[in-house]
Formats: sequence, C-alpha cells, structure tokens
Amino acid sequence: MSTFYFIAFLSIFFSILVISAKNPVHSILYLVLTFFTFTIHYILLNAQFLAVVNFIVYMGAILVLFLYTLMLINLNKEAEPVKPFMVKIAAVFGGGILAVALVSSLKLLGVSDPVVLKNPDLGLVKNLGKVLFNEFLLPFEISSVLLLSAMVGAVLLATKEKEPKATI
Amino acid sequence: MESLSNKKKQLEIKPLNFWERAYLPAIAKGLSITMSHFFKKPVTIKYPEEKREFSENFRGMHSLKRDEQGRERCTACGLCALSCPAEAITMTAAERQKGEEHLYREEKYAAVYEINMLRCIFCGLCEEACPKEAIYLDGDIVPSDYLRKDFIYGKDKLVEAPLNQ
Amino acid sequence: MELIDLLIKIALIIVIFVISLVVAMYSTYAERKIAAFFQDRVGPNRAGPWGILQPLADGGKMFLKEEIIPTNATGFLFIVGPSLAILTACIGSAVIPWGQNLEIGGRVIPLQVTDINVGILYIFGVVSLGVYGIMIGGWASNNKYSLLGAIRAASQNISYEISMGLSIIALLMVTGTLSLGEIAKQQHGFWADGYFSWNVFKQPLGFLLFIVCAFAETNRSPFDLPECETELVGGYHTEYSSMKLGFYLFAEYINMFISSAVMATLYFGGYNFPFMDLIHSPNLVAILGVVALFIKIFMFIFFFMWVRWTLPRFRYDQLMDLGWKTLIPLAIANIVLTGIFMTFFK
Ligand code: SF4
Ligand code: SF4
Repeated sequence: MSTFYFIAFLSIFFSILVISAKNPVHSILYLVLTFFTFTIHYILLNAQFLAVVNFIVYMGAILVLFLYTLMLINLNKEAEPVKPFMVKIAAVFGGGILAVALVSSLKLLGVSDPVVLKNPDLGLVKNLGKVLFNEFLLPFEISSVLLLSAMVGAVLLATKEKEPKATI
Repeated sequence: MESLSNKKKQLEIKPLNFWERAYLPAIAKGLSITMSHFFKKPVTIKYPEEKREFSENFRGMHSLKRDEQGRERCTACGLCALSCPAEAITMTAAERQKGEEHLYREEKYAAVYEINMLRCIFCGLCEEACPKEAIYLDGDIVPSDYLRKDFIYGKDKLVEAPLNQ
Repeated sequence: MELIDLLIKIALIIVIFVISLVVAMYSTYAERKIAAFFQDRVGPNRAGPWGILQPLADGGKMFLKEEIIPTNATGFLFIVGPSLAILTACIGSAVIPWGQNLEIGGRVIPLQVTDINVGILYIFGVVSLGVYGIMIGGWASNNKYSLLGAIRAASQNISYEISMGLSIIALLMVTGTLSLGEIAKQQHGFWADGYFSWNVFKQPLGFLLFIVCAFAETNRSPFDLPECETELVGGYHTEYSSMKLGFYLFAEYINMFISSAVMATLYFGGYNFPFMDLIHSPNLVAILGVVALFIKIFMFIFFFMWVRWTLPRFRYDQLMDLGWKTLIPLAIANIVLTGIFMTFFK
C-alpha cells in the first residue's frame, strides 16, 4: 500500500509540474513521467497488458508526436499571446466552479473502497482477450469502426490537393 | 549535333520493372559484391614495416655527400638556398683551419646546415643547383614527429656517414 | 533459499550487463575491421596484436576528452539525453532467454532474468522509449542540425514501429504466446512434426519485415538518417563531446546487440540448435544452447555491418515511402495470409 501512495504522490506531483512548467517541452517531458507512473500503477494492479500498452502507445508514440510538434513550432516568451485581465479572472472563476462540481459529485457518488480485484488475473493478456471478445465484442468492434473513420478522415485531409508527384 | 568523340550515349529512362522496384534482388547483388571483396587480399602497405618500391628518380630525404676520401663536399656557397623555392635551407659558412683538410674538401665549409623539412617541397632544385655535387635527395621518406622543431634537420642527420665506418 | 535465488539473479543481471557492454565494445572494433575487409584494407592494427586493444584505446580517449556543454544548451536535459539512450539500450536484455535452465547441485538456474508473459511487448516498449534519448539530446543541444536529426529519428521510429508491431502480430498468431521464454521453447531442435521448427520458416515474410524495421529502429545504415553526416553535420549528437558522445555511439551498438538477440530468439530458434536431442546431459545442452544463441547473434551483427558497408543511405522521402506504402501493407497482407493459412491447414 505504501508503494501505491508513493507512486500516487509522484503522479500528482508530476502532473502539477506539467501545468506549471514554463517551457512547453519541459511540460511534455513531465507528462511522460506522469504516464510512466501510471504504468507503474497498472503493474501494481497486476494489469500487465494495460501497463505495457500504456507504455508503448502513450509514452512511446503519442507523446513522441506531441514532443515532435512542440519542437517544430518555436514557442517562446515573445510568441506567447497576451491575455487580457478579464479573461484571466474568467478562467480562474470557471476553473474554480469545475473543481467544486467535481469534488461535490465525487463526494456524493464515490465510495471509499480500495480497489480489490475480484479476479486478480484479469489483467493478463489471455483473460483480457477473452473478456474483450466475448462480453464486450460489440463495443470493441464499434470502437474499431470509430478509429477507422478517423483514419479515413486523416487520409482524406492529407490527400486533398493533387500536386505533381516527385519522381523517385 | 554530332559529338566529336562519338562516345556519347543516350540513356533511356524506362520505368522500373517489378523486380527492380522490389529492391531485394539488387540488394542481394550488392551484398554478394561486397562479400567477394571480403576475402580479397588487402591492398594496404603497412608503411613503417613494409615499404612501397620507389621509382629510380624518387626524391626523398636529403643527404650531404662526401668525396672519395671521406671529406664533406659542400662549400657553403649558398646556391642551394638561393634556388630553393620554399626557402627551406639555411647555413652558416666557416673557414677551414689547418689540420682539417681531411674533413672538408674546400677551404670554406658549412659549419651549420639546416633544412626545414616542413617547408621543403622535395622539388630537387637544390640538387640541380649544387656546383659541387654535394647534396642529393636520395634518402627515404622523411619520418613524422611530434614537434615542429624536430623537423629542422641539421648536419647530424643530413651528412652521410663517414666512409671508413 | 530466497537469498540465494536473489543472489543468483543479481549475478545473472551483472553477467548479462557486462556481456552486452563487452559485445558492444568489440562491435565497434568488429565494425572497423569488417568495413576494412569489405574495402580491401586491413583496419585498425596498432593497439595490441591485430589491434584488439583498439576499443580500450577508444574508450580511454573518450573519457579523457574535454567535456563541452554549449552555453545555450538546456544543461540538465543535455545530460539526460545520452543517459536515457544508454539506459533504454541496456534494459531490453532483461527478458531475453539466453539458454535453457541450468541445474547445479539440485538447484535450477534459469538463464533468463525474468520471463514476464508480455515479453515481446516489453521489448517493443523499450524500443519505442529509445527515441526519447535521441529527441531530448537533440532538442537540448539548441542547434538546428541536432533538432533536425532528433525530428528525423522520431518520425522514423514511429513509422517503422507500426510495421514492426504488425509483423510481430503475425508471429504471435503462429506461436500463440507473448512470452519470449515460451516462444524459444516452442522452436525446440530444428525439425519437428515434418517441418522446420524455427519461426523463420513459418514466417519468412514477417522476418523480412522485422529485420528491415530493426535496421530502421537501431538507426543503422541504410536508415541512419538521424545522424546523416553529409547533410546534418552529425545529426542529433552534433554538439556532444567526450563520454556523452561515447554513450550515444555505444547505445547504437548495444541496440544492435539486443535487436540481434531478439531476432535470433523470435525467428531463429533462440538457444535451440539442430540435433540437440542427441545430447543427453541437460547442462551440456544448456551451455551449448548459449553458445548457439551467441553464434546466431554474431551472425546477425555481422549482417548489420555487411549491409551498412554495402548499401547507400536512403533519401528521407524514400524512407517514409518504404515504411508507409510498402512495409505496412505487406505486414497487413502477411497477417491476413497467416490467418488464412492457419484456418485452412491446421
Ligand atoms: S628539394 Fe626543393 S624545397 Fe626542398 S630544400 Fe631542395 S630546393 Fe628547397
Ligand atoms: S650543398 Fe651545394 S649548393 Fe648548397 S651550399 Fe653546399 S655546395 Fe653550395
């Protein structure tokens, strides 16, 4: 349990650093660390597959893409848009209301119950596959259609202009 | 226009066929070519231990010659220094004293004779200029060294070894 | 019992670590020698007999060189970059089965640090993490060539990871497990049930795709665009000097060693060798198995070098074309073919 609290503390610590870091690239790097602590959480829950997928997909691919774009656009102090004072006040107000809503709803619904897995081997690849392809087959397939449509959209956007192709 | 040499060749750019586009046969061919070189004898000559054969008129390190009786031929006339395009040669002349006839052939000789091997371009003009046939570039390759000052060769390195030794 | 097991594990980890470092060290020497042989030269031959002390001389030189951190570099990340590169290179070896279990004095010693049941995915994750070392280093140098190298590395790695993953999926369909230990066990011997037991004979196309992707993931020629010296000075390590540069160069060789080991395990039977059933002492089989695995690894390393000194570098658009338009469709076709084959012939 103490490991859990330590890792949970690290997750929160790094996620605060994500939003407080001045340099956007540093932000992303803290986000990487945050995701890494999530991976450790998954391992603690014996969900090896999720852990590794989180590792590969989020840390290894998506955040690399984030980093990639951030490195390409030159973000610095001069390029930062100056926000009017009123906007800042509105943002603080909105954020505060969201926090209150979240806290109160969690207080109403949340049960303080430490996660105890009914089946501790659920996270292993074999069991996860069985669950996904039996009980949750329909949602699983529908989400794949969703991803496919996103892919088609991306391809459509990318190939809109017909330009003369360079010869190899 | 008709080309003069008739060696001009008009290349035709054809679209690649399937095997050419698949890369793999070409890669295999390339790999087999490099592999055939893997077992060939290296052409390297490992220099300090092995030496390439030089041509007869190779110009290497200078040597200051002696005559039949073992006397230094150089008379410090300075013609070599004058002819040297790289200004690599300096010398100090001295007069022959009594009793030194067996050492120096002429009445005047070079007390100091230095060639800066970093400046020298081994053109051989000093050899051409010498009226006494005292300097020849018949030595080896000048060896490498660490310090600049070590490339200034004095008489100790340049003069031929005495005859009777 | 617990303590002894722990000690054995630690000893195993240290041995594997040292072996990977030594292999990587001597790969630099082998690279130079092999390059020389391919070009009809002799290669390094001054440090020790046949130059075998050359890696030590190089290492000593790297350590003694001046440590330079550019004024405008992001100091901390500048150091994190190479450290991360070498760290991710080293941790990949944890799940590779180096041999069958040894039995000494009634105690079974597994020659694998840990056999987690998502071994392949672990390797895959470590590989995908490897790009961070390059990206962070390239960005922190604050130099446009380094940044270009870093960006090239990122997009190249992400593109080739996809086809690598897809080619592994086809392999998983054949083996039915994600654990490397299990996969190695399945390829026992050389011939089983009337067919070759090594996976390369069951997945030839998959192996081809995998090895191409392995070249791209380790940034080896012909895909060494991140450090392409003709256009990017030195690529992501332009600003590096001393041992930090050494770490980057070293990480490449460790990566090569690990990916050779993975390829040998996944496709070439790992520690299995033909006629291993004829030997009756299990310990002897285990030791010979380790030797066999290392022979396979060295063959792969040799192949990496052979290709490097044969093929010219790709152009960047060709690299992307190959990755997205050729390898990914081929990998998907390979999955479909494998599926069809498995439903109708098994
Ligand atoms: S060889 Fe040429 S350059 Fe060298 S010392 Fe003689 S004249 Fe000068
Ligand atoms: S080497 Fe010949 S040219 Fe030069 S000073 Fe001596 S005699 Fe004169």
